[in-house]
Parts: sequence; C-alpha cells; structure tokens
Amino acid sequence: MEGKGECAVKTLYYDTVVIGGGPAGIAAAIKTREKGLKTLLIENRDVLGGIPLQCIHPGFGIHYYKQDLTGTEFITRLLDKLVESKTEYLTKTYVHSIEYIDYNDKVVNVISPSGVLEVHAETIIYATGARERHIFEIGVYGDRVDGVYTAGEAQTLMDIFGVLPGREVVVIGSGDVGLIMARRFALEGARVKAVVEILPYPGGLMRNVVQCLRDYDIPLLLGHTVVKIIGKKRVEKVIVAKVDENLKIIPGTEFEIPCDTVIVSAGLRPNIDLLEKIGVVIDPATGGPVVNEYLETSKPGIFVAGNALVINDLVDYAVEQGERAAEGAHKFVENNGLPSEKWIRVVKGRNIRLIVPHYISGKREVVLYARVSQPEKNVYIEIPEVNYRVFSYGVRPSEMIRIKLKPEHFKKMSSDDKITIQVTPRQ
Amino acid sequence: MKELELYCIMCPASCTLRVIVKDREIQVYGNQCPRGVEYAKQEVLEPRRHVMSVVRVKNGDMPTVSVVTRSPVPKDCIWRIMEQLAKIELEAPVEIGDVVIRDICGTDIIATRRVKRIELL
Repeated sequence: MEGKGECAVKTLYYDTVVIGGGPAGIAAAIKTREKGLKTLLIENRDVLGGIPLQCIHPGFGIHYYKQDLTGTEFITRLLDKLVESKTEYLTKTYVHSIEYIDYNDKVVNVISPSGVLEVHAETIIYATGARERHIFEIGVYGDRVDGVYTAGEAQTLMDIFGVLPGREVVVIGSGDVGLIMARRFALEGARVKAVVEILPYPGGLMRNVVQCLRDYDIPLLLGHTVVKIIGKKRVEKVIVAKVDENLKIIPGTEFEIPCDTVIVSAGLRPNIDLLEKIGVVIDPATGGPVVNEYLETSKPGIFVAGNALVINDLVDYAVEQGERAAEGAHKFVENNGLPSEKWIRVVKGRNIRLIVPHYISGKREVVLYARVSQPEKNVYIEIPEVNYRVFSYGVRPSEMIRIKLKPEHFKKMSSDDKITIQVTPRQ
Repeated sequence: MKELELYCIMCPASCTLRVIVKDREIQVYGNQCPRGVEYAKQEVLEPRRHVMSVVRVKNGDMPTVSVVTRSPVPKDCIWRIMEQLAKIELEAPVEIGDVVIRDICGTDIIATRRVKRIELL
C-alpha cells in the first residue's frame, strides 16, 4: 500500500492481452509477437503449458509439426518458441474480470503475485480452455464419498505427481480421455472393472477402444449408466443399469460393481464465464461464443481460440485457432477495428450438430470445424452453395470435420447470404 | 483355423475386419484399402504397441518425468517394461530424448518431458 487514500492498482497498456497459457494462448501470443504487437500472456497456474503437460500419450502435432508427438513433447516445442518470441507473460495470475469500455479499450483486471493490475488493451484473445463436466451434470447420484475424480484430475495425479488414485476403478464415459485413463490405470497395476457408456456407441476413437480397452481386457458397457455411487468414507461400489433408446433406465436391470474409485469422463465445456458476464453471444451447440472467421466474438476486438471456442479433438486445431485469432487481433490493431463485412452465415444442414465459425466473409481462406450428430457410414460431406463435396467412409460425433475453403470456392457461389454444411448418404 | 474380428486402427474409417487364420496364412475381409490387410497381419502375427508411463525424479521442478518407448514393442513386453520403470528414480535435470532405460525389448525408453533441476538452499 502506498499510503492513505492511495490506490495500489498498477495500470498497464498493451495491444493485445492473451488470457490462458495453454496451446491456443501460447500459439496466439507467438503469432501476435511475429506481427509486431505488444502482447501480454496471462496464466493462472504456476507454469505455462496447460493440459498437454500432463498428456504423456502420443497423438499431438500430427498436422502442425507433421510428427506424432506426446502432449509433453508438443508443448515443450511450443514453449521454446514462446521464449524465443520474447513475449511478456505472468503466471500465478488470475483474471478477475473483463470490462468492455469501448471499441478501442478493454480492461482486464488481474490479481498477480505483484498485486492487482489494470491491464488496458485494444484486443483480447480469450484462450481459457475448457472445464470437465462433473458427476452432477450427468445425473449420477448417491453418497458424496472420497474416490470420485474427473479424468483430468486423475491424469494430473498420476502423470504429474506420480500418485495412483485408486486400485479398483470404474470409468464413466468412453470419450478419448476416459479410454486413455482406463489404460493408464491398468498399466500402473490398478484393475479397471468397466468403462460405462450411456450411448450405444463409444465416445472416443475406435483406435483407442482397441489400444486402451481390448489390450487390457477392460469391459466396455455400452447402453449402460451408473445410477448411484455407494460408500461410507470411500467409494465401495456403484450401481449400474441398462438404458433404453431414449437413454431412460430400464427398471430391473440394475447390478453392482464393487470398486474404490470412480473416474468421470463426461466431456468438456468451454470456459466462458468472463465472456458471458460482458454479454458475449453464446452458441448453445458449441457452448462457446458465436464468432466470425477472425474468431472475433460479438464484442469487437475480443477474440476466442482453442477449447474456449469449441471442444477440439486435436491440439493442432487449438493452435490453428490461436494463430487465426492472432491474425484477427493484428488486423484489428492495424485498422482500428476489423473491416466491416457483409457476413455470410454458415448453416447446419443434415446430420450436422455444430459449426465454427458462424459467419464468414467469402473473401479469404477460412477453416470450418464441424461435428455430426449421428455416426454414419459411406457419406458425402457437402457445401452445395460453393460446390464442395468430399467422400468419407465414416463420420462420427467424436471426430471433428475440418474443411478448408479457399477464395476460389466463393467465386461461383449460388447464394449471397449463407452456406450450408451437410452430410448426405452415398446412393 | 481361427476366425477373428478386428477393428482397423490405420485411419478413422475404422473398418471392421473379419480375419481368418490358417497356420501362417491370413485372409482379411471387410477392409476398404490395402492398409487393412497390413494391419491385420501385424496384429495377428505380432501385435506391437508403444508403452507410456512416468518415472520418479529427484530435485526436479516436477515430481515425475514422462517416458515412452522409442519404437513399438511386442505386446507381451509391456509388463516387463512397466516393472522396470517402477524401480527407477532419476535425478534432475532431465531433457526430452534422454535415454531412461537402454535396450529393453529391442528398444530404448526415452524421456518426453523436460524436468529442470531445483537447487535447494
């Protein structure tokens, strides 16, 4: 404290503030520095890197580095590049709030180890990642006992701290993280009693079902749900039941699985709390903001990238979005706002559940990310308005569709206000 | 003669393969491309996998370092590698690519995370 009536808040000025030091935020920070912007990167953990620091399995960087790296290897490469770019960054620093003052001025209020800071910036790149869905969001009830972890928590315990959270495990949800954690438990000597999936098909990639479950004889119970967790101090057992096609429990099908640990792998939700508070428009399908092709939200100059935008399958996509948002921020700073466009809507057609971005200009190259609603074999992925058509042997909700459209695609567009992504069966 | 059902893991198409094994002769059905045959043969004759785990580290800025096999090992080798990994403890610093165990099951185990040394006062 400076003295009586003095305010200890320090005021700082930047071109862009990147919130979140995971893959998307780091990539965004590097790109803004390459473009010559004055950038501040803010991270709330002790170290930069985000979730890949605890991902010891491969599958990272296949597109971006054209190499199959582990999460840890991938993020180290990106961090080395960040150091080279001489980006200013703060760790152990929490963003308390964002204020949208006007077109050119946004304030990020932060609490850092050196005190409270008021950081002014023309642009913000919001890359806060996602949070894991919790047990109460998926209708699992019962005793509130020790031994219930999300998959990410278990991963932190095992693969950062080297601690085995339990010995007899039931995994709820068969997304990739759940499958990978089932294998981790099996490898470290725990017994995985079952992976329980409410849907009739696995949530994760088939290759993970093979490599993570079949290799270790871990039963996958499709069309089943955990009804209840039972225990006194620690988990003692779970009650599992079959569900019908409407995902309703079929009475009389309940059975017990004794276990001491429950791992919840029920998917991710974009972390958008601070954006919601300032009234950014949210897409219920993605759970993230509505954006244009620069990944700019409904608040001019506020961009979003990575899992805060949409849940991605691959770290490569998060990095690509970080770089795209950085290009947007650069354009914004250079032109005192993004050039106004007559935006073309990107519309969801047959068997499409979600798409980002929501609006495009039709003037420059753009990457669209989409997910289907239902698994389907032998289909075309189409955008009829621009004559785009690609054959696919199979689409699944767990595998994101990435479509790159070039300016040529828009030359003979049959509509001037929308394009539609759709999946159609091959006749 | 043995009949198996496999899921091809070579690409996201995930073809369901019906594999008929007769002595050393392997017939593959249901594949949509030649890689399915390749995968099925490898998988039937000698399935191989990468092995990943973590190893304890002393005096590091992280308590463990992550490791992986340099090349895939026969599935039968997985447990031998896990047992060996449980027994060792490294001293920081550890750099990505450092060999943690040399020559095990025809490969090396290498570090995949950087752990910096913390100097205690």
